[in-house]
Amino acid sequence: MEIELSAFVQNVCKKYGNDKSRLIDILWEFQDRFGCINGEMMDLIAKEISSYRIDVEGVVSFYSFFSKEQKGKIIIRLCNDIVDEHAGMKKIAETFSKELGIGIGKTSADGKFSLEYTSCIGMSDQAPAALVNDVVVTNLTAEKVREIVSSLKENMDPSKLVQQTGDGNNFHQLIHAMVNNNIRKRGEVLLAENITPNAGLTKALEKTPAEVLQEITDSKLRGCGGAGFSTGMKWKMASGFEAERRYVICNADEGEPGTFKDRVLLTERANLVIEGMTIAGYAIQSQFGILYLRAEYRYLRPYLEDVLETRRKAGLLGKNINGKTGFDFDIRIQLGAGAYICGEESALISSCEGLRGEPKNRPPFPVEKGYLNFPTVVNNVETFAHAARILDRGAIWFAGFGTEKSAGTKLISVSGDCERPGIYEVPFGIEVAELLKLAGADRPAIIQVSGPSGKMIGRTQLNRKICFEDLPCGGSFMTFSTDRNVLRIVENFLEFFIEESCGYCTPCRVGNTFLKQQIEKVMKGFASKDDLQYLKDLGQTMKMTSRCGLGTTSPNPVLSSLEHFPIVYSTLVKQENDGLEAGFNIQVALEESRRIAKRSSMIYDPVYAHNENE
Amino acid sequence: MNKSVVFKIDGVEVTATPGQTIMEAADEAGIYIPRLCDVEGLDPQGSCRLCTVKVNGRSVSSCTQPVVDGSEVENNTLEIQCYRRDLVRMLFHEGNHLCPICEASGNCELQAMGYRLGISKATKFPYLQPVRPVDASHPDILLDTNRCIHCGRCIRASASVDGKHVFGYIGRGIHRRVGVNAENLAKTDALLEDKAIASETCPVGCIIQKRNGFCTPVGKREFDHEPIGSSIENS
Repeated sequence: MEIELSAFVQNVCKKYGNDKSRLIDILWEFQDRFGCINGEMMDLIAKEISSYRIDVEGVVSFYSFFSKEQKGKIIIRLCNDIVDEHAGMKKIAETFSKELGIGIGKTSADGKFSLEYTSCIGMSDQAPAALVNDVVVTNLTAEKVREIVSSLKENMDPSKLVQQTGDGNNFHQLIHAMVNNNIRKRGEVLLAENITPNAGLTKALEKTPAEVLQEITDSKLRGCGGAGFSTGMKWKMASGFEAERRYVICNADEGEPGTFKDRVLLTERANLVIEGMTIAGYAIQSQFGILYLRAEYRYLRPYLEDVLETRRKAGLLGKNINGKTGFDFDIRIQLGAGAYICGEESALISSCEGLRGEPKNRPPFPVEKGYLNFPTVVNNVETFAHAARILDRGAIWFAGFGTEKSAGTKLISVSGDCERPGIYEVPFGIEVAELLKLAGADRPAIIQVSGPSGKMIGRTQLNRKICFEDLPCGGSFMTFSTDRNVLRIVENFLEFFIEESCGYCTPCRVGNTFLKQQIEKVMKGFASKDDLQYLKDLGQTMKMTSRCGLGTTSPNPVLSSLEHFPIVYSTLVKQENDGLEAGFNIQVALEESRRIAKRSSMIYDPVYAHNENE
Repeated sequence: MNKSVVFKIDGVEVTATPGQTIMEAADEAGIYIPRLCDVEGLDPQGSCRLCTVKVNGRSVSSCTQPVVDGSEVENNTLEIQCYRRDLVRMLFHEGNHLCPICEASGNCELQAMGYRLGISKATKFPYLQPVRPVDASHPDILLDTNRCIHCGRCIRASASVDGKHVFGYIGRGIHRRVGVNAENLAKTDALLEDKAIASETCPVGCIIQKRNGFCTPVGKREFDHEPIGSSIENS
């Protein structure tokens, strides 16, 4: 075994050029083959790629899809976002647990199965959903779970679970997934039916790179991942720094709970996305592209690899693209390994470099020193698709959609309590009420715009508009009916942030845990008015001192629910600050010491008092 | 020649060289900006966030942010003090810090920072009381991560000064902690003479030199007479 292992280590590392910046790819091969990456493997890998065991262990222990401990041959990951919870995930989890005979977070004694929770897998429109290794299973019921477990026990082959494929391109033999796209509204930019393949690229190559940059700038396109930075400006900045190389990275790490638009784009518009990346490569004079695909969407990888290969054969990737002498550009896929923080652009770059997915200190910004310290443009999947359409139809056409400061259309992933969850391509500036109507949400009470890191609004805010001037939205739009508990939603979001914080900086690492404990206190009815002030103050400290967007936005669920649902808090909070700490129960606090000392209190322990009286 | 940069910290004009960080410029001007993860001789990490200041109204970590000509920096304001107190409390509460029995007491930068910022009574935050490992395997060195504040000074010192990589971060989120480059510390090449192990590298009582405890009497410890930061302010 030992000789076998060291040969395996050598082969795998050699496959990636013994390059430590490819560590994520290397680790995937071990995780897939052995179900773990143990200390011995880490030692051997470190030696082979001239790294250190502690650095390898740092990476293994960072990503939730890697594990030092032995995992089962089949890992079932249950999506624990709030939409899945509302759709009945608890029952699904219990059924899996019962049928497999293991608890959540455990591996069966025979080494066949592991069962665990995971953060949003991008299937909120078909919740409850789970991953069985790479295979997505959706719309789960207890009955389906029993069938799944019995099939797995019989075949030990998750691919056999897909008996019927979903709509659109999900039937493609290289995707072959039961996932549905659920496209409910097609706009004119991204989901239109009459898009001419490669029209944007052809027109771009007739222009100079500077003209392409100008076209993108004129279109007023802003990054679609959430932050909304001007795409034209980003590209211009990256092309402005003298450098030996430049990189174009597509951020397909969509992890914000409730968003799944990039999943649909990668399924239905993969060529358009790659076309947009190629245009970016031409505009900033880059030869290298990376598509960073989140591990949860690994089922799309074979298809995407095939799209890339087909484009290479057609001369649309590789050397002298589309006959344009001197324009060389190619793309590799970097698979992630389960970390929401990698959606942050500098953390994503760290991950591409084979490091822990932690954000980097800025300045310098990625446009100056990004991937391997070269100027790098990182854009969202949707942004690249838009860029391709802009080059085809022109900046003026694109800027004609939307509002003054938010040009174009936006893909919104609608989920939660509504009749038609799915993808809506709408112009920026659409009112919340209109979107709710389109989706068939007849009793909306709580609307979460742009995911947990966005804003929670209530019924008095339905006339607000989705755009950067009012309510920015990266893609997630969750609606909850009057039956739902505001505070449980907030608590679920905080659980998500606690799980996904990288832990680099103090306020985010610790603050989210404090926020959650305080929300629990409110839910139990132990909080006073001072405790609400505590939530606001702590949220403010986190916003002002956190190092990246995760920590500066994670208090949002607390702060925006305090703002828009004050009545929910006030009904649970003691109206008078009587100076007593309601959460403190002296009898409970003393219980353990009394038990250890084998002493009971005559006054407070009814059982003891009763026995004495007899 | 590079022209010098002039900016203001709390209204006081400071002259700096281009490329300097706000903290470096402030140190030279005798203005103390609180910090825990940053220490002279190592690259800044920007993780404890104690050194957060506002530059033209935007908050940044002063150990990583370059100076900007003509900017207004807020450092010792009431608002920023509140944030810093919260951060120090977070560091106390996420670990297990028992000052009365800790041998770093009096020399501890975390404790001294608490005093400097006026934290004198029990705080509003919950104690997380984590279960963290103590690694006593090494013949000369004890690693008690209960007292670790994740400053990473040992990690950077080991890598950049000792050229060894004895330490590194493992885990993520609230479970992120300092790990060692083997199963335990004894199996690494750590030595008592390493910069990473030197008492000035670890700001708290996490890295302890065995058989060398409690040797400085009360009254002669580092922060017994002057608050942390005095050496910068009195320079």
